[in-house]
Amino acid sequence: MTSSTPAPGTGARVRRERTRATGLRRGDAAAGWLFTAPVIVILGVFLAVPVLMALWVSFSDWGGRGSPFSGDVDFVGFDNYTAILAGGGLAERDFGIALRNNAWYVLLVVPLQTALSLFLAVLVNRAILRGRGFFRTAFYFPSVTSSVAITVLWLFLFSATGVVNKVLAAVGIAGPNWFNDPTGVVHNLLGVIGITSGPTALTDADLLGVSLWDWLAGPSVAMSAFVLMAVFTTSGTFMLLFLAALQNLGGDVTEAAMMDGANGWQRFWRVTLPRLKPTLFTVLTLGLIGCWQVFDQIYTGTQGGPSKTTLTPAYLSYTAAFNSQDWGQGAAIAFILFLIIVAFTLIQRWILRDRPVSKRRAAAYLPKATKTTDGMTR
Amino acid sequence: MTTSTLADRTIGGTDGGSRPTRRRRPTGTIAAQSVLYAILVVLAVVYIFPFLVQVATSFKTDADAAANPVSLIPGTWSAAAYERLFAGSDFPVWFANSALVTVFVTLGRVFFDSLAGYALARLQFRGRNVVFAALVAVMSVPLVVLLIPKFLVINQLGMYDSYAGMILPLLVDAAGVFIMKNFFESIPTSVEEQARIDGAGTFRVFWSVVLPMARPALITIIILSFQGSWNELSHFIVATQSPELTTLTKGVASLASGQLSQGTQYPLKLAAAAIMTIPVAVMFFIFQRRIMNASEGAVKE
Repeated sequence: MTSSTPAPGTGARVRRERTRATGLRRGDAAAGWLFTAPVIVILGVFLAVPVLMALWVSFSDWGGRGSPFSGDVDFVGFDNYTAILAGGGLAERDFGIALRNNAWYVLLVVPLQTALSLFLAVLVNRAILRGRGFFRTAFYFPSVTSSVAITVLWLFLFSATGVVNKVLAAVGIAGPNWFNDPTGVVHNLLGVIGITSGPTALTDADLLGVSLWDWLAGPSVAMSAFVLMAVFTTSGTFMLLFLAALQNLGGDVTEAAMMDGANGWQRFWRVTLPRLKPTLFTVLTLGLIGCWQVFDQIYTGTQGGPSKTTLTPAYLSYTAAFNSQDWGQGAAIAFILFLIIVAFTLIQRWILRDRPVSKRRAAAYLPKATKTTDGMTR
Repeated sequence: MTTSTLADRTIGGTDGGSRPTRRRRPTGTIAAQSVLYAILVVLAVVYIFPFLVQVATSFKTDADAAANPVSLIPGTWSAAAYERLFAGSDFPVWFANSALVTVFVTLGRVFFDSLAGYALARLQFRGRNVVFAALVAVMSVPLVVLLIPKFLVINQLGMYDSYAGMILPLLVDAAGVFIMKNFFESIPTSVEEQARIDGAGTFRVFWSVVLPMARPALITIIILSFQGSWNELSHFIVATQSPELTTLTKGVASLASGQLSQGTQYPLKLAAAAIMTIPVAVMFFIFQRRIMNASEGAVKE
C-alpha cells in the first residue's frame, strides 16, 4: 500500500491514499518487527544457527568436548563425508545398511499408505452419513497417538507368541519371530523357490560396503513390522486429506462420465483420480519426507537390531554422534539425509508436474474415435 | 447481510450435493452397500482391536498376558501394573514433566504464532517478505536432521539438561505461523480499520479485536501444539539427560527397551503407553469435529 510507485490516478487521490495509509500504518514497521521478533529469534537460534553449526562440525574433527569453535578443533575438509561414502570401513558399511533399510521402508510404506488412505477415503465417502463419523474416527485415531506408545503396543502385538502370531496360527500360518528376525523378505521369498544364494555378479559387486545381493534382500522381517506400523498410523491422516478432496469434488463431472457410460472403475481412474492430483501430491510429499526420518520407532523399539536391519540414517546419525562421539560423521550423515530428502521431493515434483496432455492419456482417448466403440456409443 | 447470503449458499450447496446421492441410492443395490459396510467394519476392527488389546492387557497379570495375548477380558483382573507405575517408578515425574512442557509450549505457540502470523498478514513493514520466505525455508528442514545441531546450540547456550532447553526451542513453530497468517488473510479488514480509526494501538487491535475472531485457527494451533509437544521424543533425547527431567515419551521409551524391568512385563509397558495416550485421546474427542475440519481447510488451499 505504501509502495513508492504512484498508482495511475489523479494526484489528489494518490495523496489522500497516502495520508490515509501513513496515518493508519505509522507504527507498522516497529510493530511488525516487534510482533515477529520472538519467532525470528527462536527459529533463528534453534534452527538456523544450529544448521550452520552442524555444517561446520561435519567438516571438523570435533569430538564432543568443549566448544566446536575452540582452537583445538581442526577443519578436516570432506574427511567425514568420504569416510561415510567411500571409506571402506565400518562407517561406510553402516551407512550403506541404513540406507538400504530405509530405502526399502520408503519403497513399501509410501505406496501402501497412499493406496490404503485413498481406499479408506473412498469407502468412507461412499458410506451413508450415519456411519461416516464413526469409521472416520476409527481410522484416524491411531494417528493422534504418540509413536512411542504405538511402538510399545507393536512390540507386544508382534512378539513371538503375540497377538499377530496367534491370529496367524488360527488360520494355520506359523508367524515369524517378528522383531528378532533379521532375514530379508525378498531373500525369504526367493528361498521359497529354492534360491538361497545370489549370482556372483551380485554378491561380488558392492555399493557402500554392502553387496548388491544384500541390497536386494528386501526389508527384514523386523523392518516389515515397522512398515505395517507406519501404514497403520499414517493412513488415517492421509485419509482425511483425501476425504476432504473427494467431498470438494462434487458429483457433476462424475455424473457426466456416468452418462457417457464409464463404469465405476473407469470413473475412478479416469475422472476422480486425476482431479485428486493436488492431494495425491501432498500425500506423497509428506509420506516421502516422513519415511526418510524414521527415528522414534527405532529408538524405542529395536535400536537398529536385529543385525542392524532396522538401522536408519536418522538413527545412525544419532548413535554416531551421541554414542560413538563421532560428531563429524553424525552431522555429515544428517546432511546427506537432508540432500536425499530434497532430491526425492524434487524428483517426485518433476514426475507429477502438470503436463499439457500426457501421451499416454492422449493415446487412451484417441483410438476411441477410430476403434470399435465398446459400450461408449455416443 | 453477508451472513444470510452465505447461509443461503451453504444450504443451496448441501442440497445440490445430496441430490445425486439420493438419486443414486436405488441404483446402488443393497448388496453393494452391505459389501461396502462389511469391508468398513472389518477394517474398523483391525484399527480398533489393537487399542482394546492394549487396555485389556494392562489389567492382566504378566503370566496371563503372555499366555492369552488375544483375549479382551483378563483371566484375573489385576491393577498391579498401574500400582507399580504410580507407586514404584518415576512415572508420575515423567507425567508431570510432559504436562509442564506441553502447557508452556502450547501457550507459547498460541501467542507467538498468532502474533507473528498477524504481522505477516496485516502489517506493512520492510523485510516482511524476507521474513516470510525464511519461514517457508525453515519449514522445509526435516526435524530429524536437526538432532545434532540442536544439541550443539543448547549445549553452547548452557541450557542443556534444563527446562529452558526443553521448552524454549519448541516455543514457536513455523507451520503454526503459516496457519495463522493464512487465517488472518481470510478475514475482512474492515473491523480492524474501524478500531484503528478509533485510535487503538496495533497491539490493542491485535489483542482485543483480531484475536477473538481467530478462535477456529487458534483451536487448530492448540490441537497441533498439544499433540506435537506431548508426543515429542527426539528433542528431549538431545536436550536432557537427568532422570528428574525425563518426559513421558522418553521414559516410556526406556521402559520399552527394557532398561528398568526384567522380563517382558507387557502389562506394565502397555499400561504406561495407555496412560500416555489418554490426554491426546481426550483432546481428540473434544475437538474431533474441529480436527476433521482443520485438515479439510488445509487442503482447500
